[in-house]
Amino acid sequence: MTVIKDSTCTFCGCVCDDIDVTVENNRIVEAKRACVLGKAWFLNHHADDRASCLIEGSPAPVEEGVERAARILTEARYPIVYGLSDTTSEAQRVAVGIADWIGGIVDTTTSVCHGPSGMAFQGVGEVTCSLGEIANRGDLIIFWGGNPAESHPRHFTKYSLMPKGLFVPNGRKDRTAVGIDVRNTKTAKAMDLFFQIKPRRDFEALWTLRALAKGLTLDAAQVKEDTGIELSRWEDLMKRMKAARFGVILFGMGLTMTRGKHLNSEALLSLARDMNAFTRFVVKPMRGHGNVTGADNVVSWTTGYPFGVNLTRGYPRFNPGEYTTADTLARGEADAALIIASDPMANFSQAARERLQSIPYIALDPKDTPTTRAATVTFTTATYGINVAGTVYRMDDVPIYLRPAFPSSHPSDFDVLSAISRRVQELAH
Amino acid sequence: MSDTFILIPGRTSKQGCGVSEGKFGKGYTAETTTLLVAPQDMTRLGLVKGDRVKVTSETGRTIEVAVAAAIGDELPSGMLFIAYGDLSSRLMEGDTHGSGMPTSKGIDVTMVKIA
Repeated sequence: MTVIKDSTCTFCGCVCDDIDVTVENNRIVEAKRACVLGKAWFLNHHADDRASCLIEGSPAPVEEGVERAARILTEARYPIVYGLSDTTSEAQRVAVGIADWIGGIVDTTTSVCHGPSGMAFQGVGEVTCSLGEIANRGDLIIFWGGNPAESHPRHFTKYSLMPKGLFVPNGRKDRTAVGIDVRNTKTAKAMDLFFQIKPRRDFEALWTLRALAKGLTLDAAQVKEDTGIELSRWEDLMKRMKAARFGVILFGMGLTMTRGKHLNSEALLSLARDMNAFTRFVVKPMRGHGNVTGADNVVSWTTGYPFGVNLTRGYPRFNPGEYTTADTLARGEADAALIIASDPMANFSQAARERLQSIPYIALDPKDTPTTRAATVTFTTATYGINVAGTVYRMDDVPIYLRPAFPSSHPSDFDVLSAISRRVQELAH
Repeated sequence: MSDTFILIPGRTSKQGCGVSEGKFGKGYTAETTTLLVAPQDMTRLGLVKGDRVKVTSETGRTIEVAVAAAIGDELPSGMLFIAYGDLSSRLMEGDTHGSGMPTSKGIDVTMVKIA
């Protein structure tokens, strides 16, 4: 039995790096301090006897899989590289290189997560901070369109609500928590104030607050009709926001996945920016997958754009809606794919799934998923953070190095992608 | 006679655990194939837990799914919730309106009980 102190959970964007993991016979039997999602993550990734490579469903040597994968990618006219949010940044970097070599598109799960926020960042900017600053300074915390009580269970205790910080010495008692959502979720029930707005009216609610921040007079009946909330409650919230010493808005996919999408995110980022005329205010998206923030970082520092990057002309082009995977598949444009650590066969539209099913593609995943089952070439890979070291970026863009618990018989994403990259380069010449 | 609702797919902790336990396992399957309905809508439509309904999007995409009542006041009348997964994605359109993101929340649907 071995205990790995301060191991890192890579299930969600909190990337908790204080988990004491107990390992017996290549199986994690305890994950101390992990949340319910973290426990499920650690306790369900163990050594297995599945083949490391399948070609058309039959076990094959990894080398053969690499050869087949490289040929699929180099022979395609419009190949896409997609996924990447649950692997190391080292592997992400290699994947971007492959997309460049094959003259394809590199896109990440960000495009169907906070991609609209990524678009808004480019238009408005992000008044940002680290989670440590929130823990030590935040005295007004607004959760908008998200349910971290279910999706990021330790966020409250580690970062945003409970911690006793330098400028909030009494922890929760020094903070006012506000929830804004269309559902009265577990998160909403943990708040001091809750605004249950009308569905698909985030944009109107955000602009109501922006108007109030500027001191404009609003029609109470119109505000109630637009948002479902009395104007007096919005006015009270704005007073609290202006009186805060360090205001924080943490937002989820309630904004980005609902119609309005990037315009919703843009309104929110603008509100946070506006508030800095009165006090310190920051805004952060709640990121889902363990290294989706790393994917944004790596794709940005290699291509200049955060996701959905077209490299077919030998230089990067960015145009969400044109080069993003949900679109290139649904429109029937992509003719081959390299899918890393994601499951579009379960999570994409029917049109996109049907296209993916009809083209040759390669899937890398530690788990058996609808996407790995339908792939031409499947690689079962070692799990990052549990079997594989490397770098991940927490949701606040802080890089954290992983301490794996035990080795795997399967190759890592980095190993497989590096081998595909080498062969692709040989074939490309 | 069908009723009009707004469907909000989203994450749940059970769905998240199910991803790690395995997407072909009972936990993930059960969580992602249960449609939550506001209790007052359950009563009004004569639905009980386990009844199956047909849900249809504005563009005619359909799924058949079992229902359960949402806990307490989590959902207002007229709103449905389902954990992200295969079924919720089947109701999405391929078009992303120039954003890369299909409209995955706030989907207009009709719901009718399957006799």
